[in-house]
Amino acid sequence: MALLKRLARHELPPISFTLNGTVCTGRVGDTVLTAILTQADQLRLSDFSGSPRAGFCQMGACQDCWVMTSDGERIRACSTALEPGMNLRTFAEQRS
Amino acid sequence: MSRTLHKDVAIIGGGLVGSSAALALRRMGFSVVLLDKGYCGAQASGVNYGGVRRQGRPPEQIALSQRAHAIWPRLKEVIGIDGEFVRSGHLKIARTEAEMASLEAYAARVADLGLGLELVGHNQLRERFPWIAGNIVGASLCQGDGHANPRLVSAAFALAARRAGADVLEHTPVSHVEKVPEGFHLSTGPGIEIKAQFVINSAGAWADSFAEAFGEPVPLSRIYPSMIVTEPVSVFMSANIGAEGGGIYARQVDRGNCIVGGMRGEPNTDLDFSRPTGSGAVTIMNRAAALFPALRNSYAIRFWSGTEGEMADRNPVIGFSRTTPNLIHAFGFSGAGFQIAPGVGEVLAELVRDGASRTPIEAFAIDRFSRKDQGSPAGSTPEPQERDISK
Amino acid sequence: MSNAVRPLIVGAGPAGIRAAQALVEAGLKPIVVDEAASGGGQIYRQRLAPDKRTPRDLYGSEASKATALHETFARIRDKIEYFPQTLVWNVRGTSADVAIDGRTRRLDFSHLILATGATDRIVPFHGWTIPGVFTLGGAQIALKSQGCAIGEQVVFLGSGPLLYLVAWQYVKAGARVAAVLDTAPFSAKLNLLRGLPSQPGVVLRGMRYVAELMARGIPVHFGVEPDRIEGEARVEGIVWRERGKERRLACDAVGYGFALRSETQLADLAGCRFVFDERDRAWRPERDMAGRTSVSGVYIAGDGAGIAGADAAELAGERASLALLEDAGYAVNRERVAVLERGLAGIQRFRDILEIAFPFPDKWAASVADDVLLCRCEEISVGQARAAMREQEVRELNRLKALTRVGMGRCQGRICACAAAEILADVHGQPLEAAGRLRAQPPIKPIPLGIAADGEAA
Repeated sequence: MALLKRLARHELPPISFTLNGTVCTGRVGDTVLTAILTQADQLRLSDFSGSPRAGFCQMGACQDCWVMTSDGERIRACSTALEPGMNLRTFAEQRS
Repeated sequence: MSRTLHKDVAIIGGGLVGSSAALALRRMGFSVVLLDKGYCGAQASGVNYGGVRRQGRPPEQIALSQRAHAIWPRLKEVIGIDGEFVRSGHLKIARTEAEMASLEAYAARVADLGLGLELVGHNQLRERFPWIAGNIVGASLCQGDGHANPRLVSAAFALAARRAGADVLEHTPVSHVEKVPEGFHLSTGPGIEIKAQFVINSAGAWADSFAEAFGEPVPLSRIYPSMIVTEPVSVFMSANIGAEGGGIYARQVDRGNCIVGGMRGEPNTDLDFSRPTGSGAVTIMNRAAALFPALRNSYAIRFWSGTEGEMADRNPVIGFSRTTPNLIHAFGFSGAGFQIAPGVGEVLAELVRDGASRTPIEAFAIDRFSRKDQGSPAGSTPEPQERDISK
Repeated sequence: MSNAVRPLIVGAGPAGIRAAQALVEAGLKPIVVDEAASGGGQIYRQRLAPDKRTPRDLYGSEASKATALHETFARIRDKIEYFPQTLVWNVRGTSADVAIDGRTRRLDFSHLILATGATDRIVPFHGWTIPGVFTLGGAQIALKSQGCAIGEQVVFLGSGPLLYLVAWQYVKAGARVAAVLDTAPFSAKLNLLRGLPSQPGVVLRGMRYVAELMARGIPVHFGVEPDRIEGEARVEGIVWRERGKERRLACDAVGYGFALRSETQLADLAGCRFVFDERDRAWRPERDMAGRTSVSGVYIAGDGAGIAGADAAELAGERASLALLEDAGYAVNRERVAVLERGLAGIQRFRDILEIAFPFPDKWAASVADDVLLCRCEEISVGQARAAMREQEVRELNRLKALTRVGMGRCQGRICACAAAEILADVHGQPLEAAGRLRAQPPIKPIPLGIAADGEAA
């Protein structure tokens, strides 16, 4: 299920966050992208074909890792630090 | 690479007006050369907001606007693509009682002109357009209006003209044009010489120099309407939105992006190009976020502005020159040219063929500014396309 | 004099930090704006929180350079006006619009040093948007900054020094690298030997990476023509051709890239003239040896000024600041200028060799299939782009964007514009430079509609 594999930083304190309604654990120093992709294998659906996306450049250039919070805010996952209690959603809102 | 082209009609300016005229003329059998200093449709015709709107135009423009109105749903047949034209309706909102009164007065003034305006009160507005927030007093809805994609429409008209046999010369600025006994002689930057029976001056914000060359100075200034576009979001905006009194206009395309305008940009060092100001763009963004709650969390991904010619009375110049036989002007659409341009193209072709158009254009005569004794032939204060309250 | 001199440096990588240091040493207090949370740029990116790994673990042979740069930045921290996690989204005249923490404000400057760096140069293949496919730079960031591998069975693909460096870093960190697929033939690598006299350290290190990968039994393939990445919800394998034969390998992640491309949007917005750089296969801001652009008071340094790498960026950042100081009427140390320029010239010569050793896959544009996605933001295919080029005679990138939306999405063409230019060149048989470059449009990255506008900063 997870896309990314942790090789280091196991020792850092855990952070709780919610992903699509499920409580998950990340680590201090994680980006939102890392926190999600060590649990799941996608971040969003593409805008027009609805195909799964999980970021690409990880440096804030490609804009392919935008996720949403439960209150509808948008977050660029690769350049946002994980914070305790974040409530994140990886599915895109359905557009018609 | 000097060569000479002999054509019935030379058109200066490959915007939507020039391109649609070229196409209409080809269909009548005239030989045509369409000249643009850059790419066809790269200026105001291609980068404008994309409103396809009759509502709000001064009464003297409505006949022309109605003629164009008949063309828009037939674009696929005329130019090969639908140009993303959607008949979404155009909803003009009023934020104060005074603005609502102004909408009501307008509706009365154009009542007989076939726009089918519907005045919508506050409560009904809430019900039918719940995605608009803020303290909106009421609105006027023109169900038959809509919006389209200027980038595609302008280029497609030029391409259709080319496919219909027009010589379309891009990156070919006209450096000199003069009347000669047998017609007109045009010289261009790349060294192509053109002899033509007729010249159409559809050079947009650059048209004044050509008019002046024939002794017809005009009060044409430049404006730089700026737009922002959002990332794609769920489609919620069911109508093209305008505001009485200006300040914001917005539409949403099928793909989900919202295009919002309402401020003016500034010219670049190269005066032919312009850019939105940072603060102007942020103002538009904030206004959009306030008026449309669905956009509150979305992001702006791009800003742009275009260079557009504006006449002092905000009405275009359309019709024959008063100094030079067979010279026809069509410019100065003052931020409201997109919708009527395909109709103007047909009118220009009629002027060439018949010497007159079946659509009344007297109000747009170029000599209206010199006929001071008569005042404005329009007899009314024209309504701006999307008034800019920042200036 | 110093009151009137208020330089703004955009970017806190090797170029930006060295530029700031030189200005501080001259007694100025530059403004430094950087998108990252801490200094170092992409190459010397710092972690969001410290962990057990040493600088050696993170930066390998470059650890001492990374540490020195970070220490310098820490030392000058209170002598600069520093805005981390801040996006410069627009530049016009002598002011910049910056987004910081949900607010936007205007920063006025007297001089501008652009040290905006680079991102991976990408060309699309079938399957390049599948989850588990990242750029080489992205794969490296996952490891360095986040301590993660991009998968359990990783294939690295492409051309460029980063290909072997990242593969080697993954192996060192304990990740499983399934293969390294180099699109260049092995013979191209022999050109590196010509660089031995001038840059022996770099060349030998590169050779060591390859040797160590091979010694660990990691397959390294040369002359690879990538065909597709397989999978739907995630990567399942990769298919390529090699000496005419189709090969397939199972994997769950792919990191790929073809050297780097400069981030030039702000230089464009600042009005800088651009020139075509044959070596980078891209338009870049015109600049002199010191980093002066065509616009008075605007300087450019590092990979954003053309790809030359981190060592060059450090030299160029300092050189640009010395130019700025000289232009502002300060005395500068001519000997230091000469040292910097000699260093830069040497690296430039070596860059020519690198380009031959790690060439761009120039057969890609002709061979890429029509149904491959070209623009991943707007989801426009290669075939749609080719149709516009042929049927509407599109020969230039901005026209292509206007008619097809290629480069019109959230990333503003950062990812697809290089590839689109290559396809334009292929379709029309025209030189690459004839495709032009996408005009930059603010905001250079997305900004929220509801962003609060502050008054003008003092």
